[in-house]
Amino acid sequence: MSLGLFYALLGGGLFALGLAGLILRPHLLAKIIGFNVMGSGAFLVLVGLGSRDGVADPVPQAMVLTGIVVAVAATALALALARRLLELSGDMVLPGERLRPGEDDDADA
Amino acid sequence: MSGSPGAGRSRIVTWAVVGLCLGLAGALAWAMLDLPAPSTRLPGQVAAQLERSGVEHPVTAVLLNFRGYDTLLEIAVLLLALLGMLAAGVAPRASAPLGASSMLAALARALAPLMVLVAGYLLWAGAFRPGGAFQAGAVLAAAGVLLRLAGFLPAWTRPGAALRMALAAGFALFLAIAALGLTEGALLRYPEPSAGALILAIESGLTFSLGLILAGLFLAGPELPRREDGGGTP
Repeated sequence: MSLGLFYALLGGGLFALGLAGLILRPHLLAKIIGFNVMGSGAFLVLVGLGSRDGVADPVPQAMVLTGIVVAVAATALALALARRLLELSGDMVLPGERLRPGEDDDADA
Repeated sequence: MSGSPGAGRSRIVTWAVVGLCLGLAGALAWAMLDLPAPSTRLPGQVAAQLERSGVEHPVTAVLLNFRGYDTLLEIAVLLLALLGMLAAGVAPRASAPLGASSMLAALARALAPLMVLVAGYLLWAGAFRPGGAFQAGAVLAAAGVLLRLAGFLPAWTRPGAALRMALAAGFALFLAIAALGLTEGALLRYPEPSAGALILAIESGLTFSLGLILAGLFLAGPELPRREDGGGTP
């Protein structure tokens, strides 16, 4: 197994990890972080698969370079919207979801 | 709370989600291990056409020539994200006053000019080695964030006309040069002898606007009260 394929597999794992966080954590900040972890996983898959036969492919590298910058912008927009929601509702959770009892405590436990 | 039926149900949901995500990871891994070798050799194609692209570095050639559409749309998306942020607006509250410690102010003063220099180098270097508009723009944006943290730059409550034009300039220039390609027969087709110069022009505009936009993602917000002892004049 080449190093590129190893990174791609790692990226797949990161993607699933981020998805689990996105679904399970009601707090919007945690969801945004989960989304970013998913994105990093996708980038790792792209770059890893692009270089699995040992030759770095410039096309996925350029795509990922574009993707990283877009991800930064999307994260900033998400944070601004989350902050707006905090101002309007006093809470950083989506309507219909609520923090489970003790969520704030076990979030960092 | 662990004894209540609601907690029990939520635990089942949690494990179900964890199981499904593990399954997804497994399926992804299987798909990647099972993937046949690509039928087209993109690195070879890029290398074969590199001479005609106007630049010597393959990633820059892909970004600004072979796959120029992606980059054009990317700068549009970035602009849109910043506009969205500015439109959402943030009411001034719960923010600590920004006032630089003298260390941070001194560091920002020393580093900001160097960062502009590095950005210029990265922009130039992109033609023949790793570098280019994105990296240069990111360094410029970092300089902006540093200056903001040190209290030298004001927040953008309502960007004025000049700033708004500067934000859109990179996209507008790219679009104009892309439209120039229409005379050659297709959008984004650069006239071959001047491709290098056109790419450098696009990248310069991109760096300028990208730096402003990325910094704006951090700077957009209410003007915060400033401590009197911090900073100095901007």
